[in-house]
Amino acid sequence: MLDFHQNHFRLFGLPEQFALDLDDLSERYLRLRQTVHPDLYATAGEREKRFSLQASTQVNEAYQTLKDPLARARYLLTLLTGGQGDGQETTKDMAFLLEQMELREALAAAREAPDPFAGVARVRNRLSDQSRQLIGQLAASLEPASDLDQAATRELIRKLQFVRKCEEEADALEAELDEVF
Amino acid sequence: MALLQIAEPGRSAAPHQHRLAAGIDLGTTNSLIATVRSGRPETLPDGEGRHLLPSVVRYAEEGLVVGHAAKAAAAEDPLNTLASAKRLIGRGIEEVRGLGTRLPYEFVRTDTAVPRIRTRAGDISPVEVSAEILRALAQRAEVALGGDLTGVVITVPAYFDEPQRQATKDAARLAGLKVLRLLNEPTAAAVAYGLDREADGIHAVFDLGGGTFDISILRLRRGVFEVLATGGDSALGGDDMDLLLAEWIMFQAGIGDEADHHILRGLMRDACDAKERLTDQDRAPLRIALPDGRHWAGVIDRNTFDDLIDPLISRAIAACRRALRDAGLKVEEVKDVVMVGGATRVPRVRARVEHFFGMTPLVDLDPDRVVALGAALQADVLAGNKPDSDMLLLDVIPLSLGLETMGGLVERIVPRNTPIPVARAQEFTTFKDGQTAMALHILQGERDLVAHCRSLARFELRGFPPMVAGAARIRVTFEVDADGLLNVSAVEQTSGVQARVEVKPSHGLTDGEIESMLRESLTHSSEDMEARRLREQRVEAQRTVEALRAALSKDGDALLSAEERRRIDQALAELELRLAGEDEASLKAAMENLDRTCGFYVERRMNRSIQSAMAGHKVEEFQS
Repeated sequence: MLDFHQNHFRLFGLPEQFALDLDDLSERYLRLRQTVHPDLYATAGEREKRFSLQASTQVNEAYQTLKDPLARARYLLTLLTGGQGDGQETTKDMAFLLEQMELREALAAAREAPDPFAGVARVRNRLSDQSRQLIGQLAASLEPASDLDQAATRELIRKLQFVRKCEEEADALEAELDEVF
Repeated sequence: MALLQIAEPGRSAAPHQHRLAAGIDLGTTNSLIATVRSGRPETLPDGEGRHLLPSVVRYAEEGLVVGHAAKAAAAEDPLNTLASAKRLIGRGIEEVRGLGTRLPYEFVRTDTAVPRIRTRAGDISPVEVSAEILRALAQRAEVALGGDLTGVVITVPAYFDEPQRQATKDAARLAGLKVLRLLNEPTAAAVAYGLDREADGIHAVFDLGGGTFDISILRLRRGVFEVLATGGDSALGGDDMDLLLAEWIMFQAGIGDEADHHILRGLMRDACDAKERLTDQDRAPLRIALPDGRHWAGVIDRNTFDDLIDPLISRAIAACRRALRDAGLKVEEVKDVVMVGGATRVPRVRARVEHFFGMTPLVDLDPDRVVALGAALQADVLAGNKPDSDMLLLDVIPLSLGLETMGGLVERIVPRNTPIPVARAQEFTTFKDGQTAMALHILQGERDLVAHCRSLARFELRGFPPMVAGAARIRVTFEVDADGLLNVSAVEQTSGVQARVEVKPSHGLTDGEIESMLRESLTHSSEDMEARRLREQRVEAQRTVEALRAALSKDGDALLSAEERRRIDQALAELELRLAGEDEASLKAAMENLDRTCGFYVERRMNRSIQSAMAGHKVEEFQS
């Protein structure tokens, strides 16, 4: 078994915990890429080329997972629980769902508004507040790992996923507006 | 802060041996080849001192003509003179029609869906045209450098999709060149600039060429070029400006759409001349040949031209905005903007880029040459000539990759701007009870509907056991390599039935077609197929021997037991013996044997370098 098949945290030499320093993570990423990049093996044998490709792929995947709080939380939860889900697809928090609906409606309304970019920006600000709040709660609920509240963590992940979806819609709308203006 | 230095395991080329490598900018309008000599990249001129090779191939009565002479004959022999092949490469014939460009060629419909152009030398595909240009450039380099090229780096627009990349690689194969890497043009430009300036920070590269537009946002840190986002339009460039101007002239001069190829070609040339004149003058006189042999005289001024091309520039600016958003950056965070490509000489383009980014764009390197220079630097590193270089390029895929799901929708598997190489898997399930096969349709693009995305390939996973709908678990894996090329595989998890495609899209040439083209071209050359294969195999084997010897002398004693060392030495001796012989098959077998024997050693070396990379990091933390 190759070392680069170990879990993402260990590959990066980090403890298996939610909190991490993004600058440090990115430094570690560069260092790992510098070690296994396929360009370093362009004149090497086939096997070395293959390994470096696999290792680089693994390093990229680990980095993409660890740097994104949502993906990191999901991944860490899977590691801690051995990958069992609770089968629940969506949150049942009605107040939260209502606010999400309102934000989506606000996005749709922004499209027709005299200054659509301002409308999108307002929705975005609200979304990034929510996102920040949820990530803070996730950090608390995932630590310490010994005292993990699985149900609460899953609920936070579901909510963060909702917020993310809405952010993507805001992105798409902005891109569409760019084309028009 | 002091960082611990770690030797790179792959950089084991014997130091005394300089390998000839070159960077090629295969452009829509012009192409260049560059190499690194005495540590500096330089473009190589032809015998008459010209660096740019017009990307034009003419199939003349007396034989093949590439470059200036071909370009000069374009108006008199339009049907046999093929220009702008880059606009057609890797595209299907319907798409080529959809480009909306007036291309003065006779397209032939073929069963392989690759557009071919009827010439007096037969029906020619854009891949073959590009191969001729590559061949001409490689010859120029081999004459100048006095030897065979070990390998080349060929640049492609960052926004090139999968089939366009694959087709470019096919062209190189057809030209008999070993491709060390396909490199994105803006990244190459950043390398050429970055190494001169050593400026850490965020850089934007605005690359408007003859036929393609790219915008890349990069972060440069200590020699590492990390592409954060890229965007663009693979059908937007200086040619489009010429076309708009040509249409304006046609309207002014009363030339109808039915004008013949000669008139159209002549018009495009006049439009291009006028555009270039408007770079440093406010007005350009026009004298246009009419179909009846008379001439029309007129004038175009800068303002009229600017109004004509503004919509094109707006498209480019919109792409810049999107790339910044994808990178999660604000325009103020960009440290500088680099201009690349001949079309960035147009004053209106400069003015609008300056306005958008709020700073004067950098133009100190020749926008025509900068891409080739960057490619040469990368080729030099890849060929193993710079073992101490810490230059490293981290690139991304330009367009999202996905699969068709029920209802003609696209499920995105790898989103755009994901760093490469990448592997992503997702599970799908069956739709009907008793279903034993599944059709997989691979797509590229940002839209939600299949109809709006580029179809890359279709394949089927067959013969898994019948189950109730939703019970089968089909895991589909997308893998994109360091050249941005895609492989897709599918496995039904409960039964283990699997299928795999290398995405050789419907718009590319098949391996068989390339093989037969190669064979054809070789019947005209002195070297036959077998001799060529043996020669290539020898180079490969020689390289393996060198690399392994260097590795063994570095850490063989530390990482290998006496018994392991003995086995490797034995396999190595066997390969060296075959290297002296003339038999390609046994040489190949010895290579494969050595490869198998060394597998565990290669793993150990790579693991050790990963460990020491992270260990070095910890030491540094203690220091700070």
